[in-house]
Amino acid sequence: MQKIFLIIKREYLTRVKKRSFLVMTILGPLLMAALFIVPVYLATRTDEEKVVDVVDETGWFIHKFENNDNYKFVPLYTDLETAKETLKSSKDHALLYIPLTQVTVPSSAILYSDGQPSINLKSYITGVMTREIENQKLAAEIKKEIQRRNPGYKSNESEETLISETILKNIKSTITLTTIKIEEGGKEAKSYTELSMAVGLFGSIMIYFFIFMFGAQVMRGVIEEKTSRIIEVIVSSVKPFQLMMGKILGIALVGLTQFLLWVLFTAAIVTVVQSAFPEKFKQNNTEQGFAPGSQMMPATQTEKKDQATAAENPSNEIFEAIHSINYGAMIGAFIFFFIGGYLLYAALFAAIGSAVDSEADTQQFMLPVTIPLIFSIVMAQYVINNPDGPLSFWLSIIPLTSPVIMMIRIPFGVPIGDLALSAGLLIAGFLGTTWLAARIYRTGILMYGKKVSYRELAKWLFYRS
Amino acid sequence: MSIITVNSVTKHYANHTALDKVSIDVPEQSIFGLLGPNGAGKTTLIRIVNQIIGPDEGEIMFMGEKLRQEHVSLIGYLPEERGLYKKMNVGEQALYLAQLKGVPRHEATKRLKVWFEKFEIQSWWNRKVEELSKGMQQKVQFIVTVIHEPRLLIFDEPFSGFDPINVNLLKEEIFEIRKNGGTVIFSTHNMASVEELCDHIALINRSRKILDGSVKAIKNTYKANLFEVEYVSVPDDLAGFLPPGFTLENTSHNEGLSNARIKLPVGASPNVLLGCLMPHLTIHAMNEIIPSMNEIFITTVNGENPEVSENL
Repeated sequence: MQKIFLIIKREYLTRVKKRSFLVMTILGPLLMAALFIVPVYLATRTDEEKVVDVVDETGWFIHKFENNDNYKFVPLYTDLETAKETLKSSKDHALLYIPLTQVTVPSSAILYSDGQPSINLKSYITGVMTREIENQKLAAEIKKEIQRRNPGYKSNESEETLISETILKNIKSTITLTTIKIEEGGKEAKSYTELSMAVGLFGSIMIYFFIFMFGAQVMRGVIEEKTSRIIEVIVSSVKPFQLMMGKILGIALVGLTQFLLWVLFTAAIVTVVQSAFPEKFKQNNTEQGFAPGSQMMPATQTEKKDQATAAENPSNEIFEAIHSINYGAMIGAFIFFFIGGYLLYAALFAAIGSAVDSEADTQQFMLPVTIPLIFSIVMAQYVINNPDGPLSFWLSIIPLTSPVIMMIRIPFGVPIGDLALSAGLLIAGFLGTTWLAARIYRTGILMYGKKVSYRELAKWLFYRS
Repeated sequence: MSIITVNSVTKHYANHTALDKVSIDVPEQSIFGLLGPNGAGKTTLIRIVNQIIGPDEGEIMFMGEKLRQEHVSLIGYLPEERGLYKKMNVGEQALYLAQLKGVPRHEATKRLKVWFEKFEIQSWWNRKVEELSKGMQQKVQFIVTVIHEPRLLIFDEPFSGFDPINVNLLKEEIFEIRKNGGTVIFSTHNMASVEELCDHIALINRSRKILDGSVKAIKNTYKANLFEVEYVSVPDDLAGFLPPGFTLENTSHNEGLSNARIKLPVGASPNVLLGCLMPHLTIHAMNEIIPSMNEIFITTVNGENPEVSENL
């Protein structure tokens, strides 16, 4: 165990100290920050005022939406079908429909649009609705609290003293805003919030690149040990399996370090850009409705706090929207599929490295390993369009493609059973490829000057160690 | 007391047998030569002793115990295919390899300093291996092989690729190791070094051991009772002076002196030969012809597989 730790340490330190690691660490965040900043810039640029019709069956929100430079909210007091006709016949941008729910407080709304409604608009709507619901809930809770405490309640007692943690927890609400695109022929097609989609796709592309980048590093590391002829010196001290696992785990840590640094630097760059050009990220009027962190606050405080935050800390809705994604689940899934996918492929890359004498010879073995990876990234678009189709299901279950595909499916909601099955199979797949790779590796590393065929590899699997 | 005993070890590969019931016994504090033509199975045997691969049958005893993974810290191995991480610093790399053999870091640092001083290479500590000359790399390679002060050292073709200065250095160290109680196994084709260094040998050919024992004993078995006599040339034929049972193998003449090779019958004393020749000849010298390891090697291997004899 101590030896495998030594190997991990060496593999980690030699790579982290390399200049190329430093270069990647600096370049990566610049690219990633650009990925975040450019769409924000584009999304906040709107030239003309757009009209949003509002049909509110609940009556809670109809006057809560305030007009701003970009959007004008027009209340309609018709039924949904008439409103849709109005939307289609007029030049209005979108129709917000808040259906009446009998039992609970409203928690969902539908946004009909002929185009793609901007993220700003959507996050503004959800923000307003969330705040309104929370205000209502809070009022109700306070009333209850007053009744519970003392029938002879004196009104000079401040409301704030009544608010407890429990109440704050109780009033927390979320709004699901579904976007429906009304097409030319009047057909309705459901479109999902493209942001979570983008985050899913981004995650899957990251996994794809990391598997390739760091898998190839594992392979090159093995080839380096073979060509420098140090391998036999080392396997006289440690078991080949320990060496292989040490290398795979050490490089995994390099990958995680790099990823962590990227996230930190990207956040730093985005923050710097945000404060350097606040006007680009500021949505003129909408802040007064809600500000980050205000959702948990009682109404009385919110008003005061809002003015303060609006003045000091200009926020913008795209980051709000980014915050609104279920990050816990996304990050958890990302880390799991990232590590699982890497481990699965890294073992195969190690086996390839052990079977050849130089990197030039790797081609014939690389193909079957890279095909499932490339295939899954090619299928990404299809999966986005049919996240629940049978092909998407199977691609997200089979371990060779699941790390990339599952990340795309997660924002669309994946049954917990599918997720568990996929995760279980990925772990099993990792154990399987490691077992397979270890058998090829222990023979391959001692083999020189011989072109190895697939038949030969198959034979190695059955050698006794 | 033997440090390592290989007991009837067999190893098969997909389409051939690398070792066929090979048994050897390496006495402690000796230098043991593992000889054999290419492809005989020497490296396979060495890898099995180093636990890089496992035997199909048979067992190996190390210092009286069954060979286990923990024993790797008591064995040093210089493989035939050897090298170092090219992009790593010399000192850092030596420390790493020492730690892999179970030497604690501070202890390894201390020992390395001693070795680096001994070989006068202190200034290379922070240099990358790829910056060193081949000879320098070999010195580093040797140090990392012995840094954990192993009880048993295994050198596979140690002299191949070493320059003459390093070969001498290596030989001195091998004697030094034996003096300090260590045991050395080395596999080689270089018969001159076998004569010079080895106390014991085992000869492996075509996956089987065909000869083993102490070098002296083997030579004694292989000597043919052949004597060479140097004398002032005479016109007569030497054969006429020999007693019955003695045969003249050949004679050669060179500037007034002649050489004759005479085979003695079993049990006969060279004094009898001298007694017969002295009345007729002026004898300059007489000595027994002892076969070299090289000759023994070739005779034995050829006896086994005559069809390869042309190649040797």
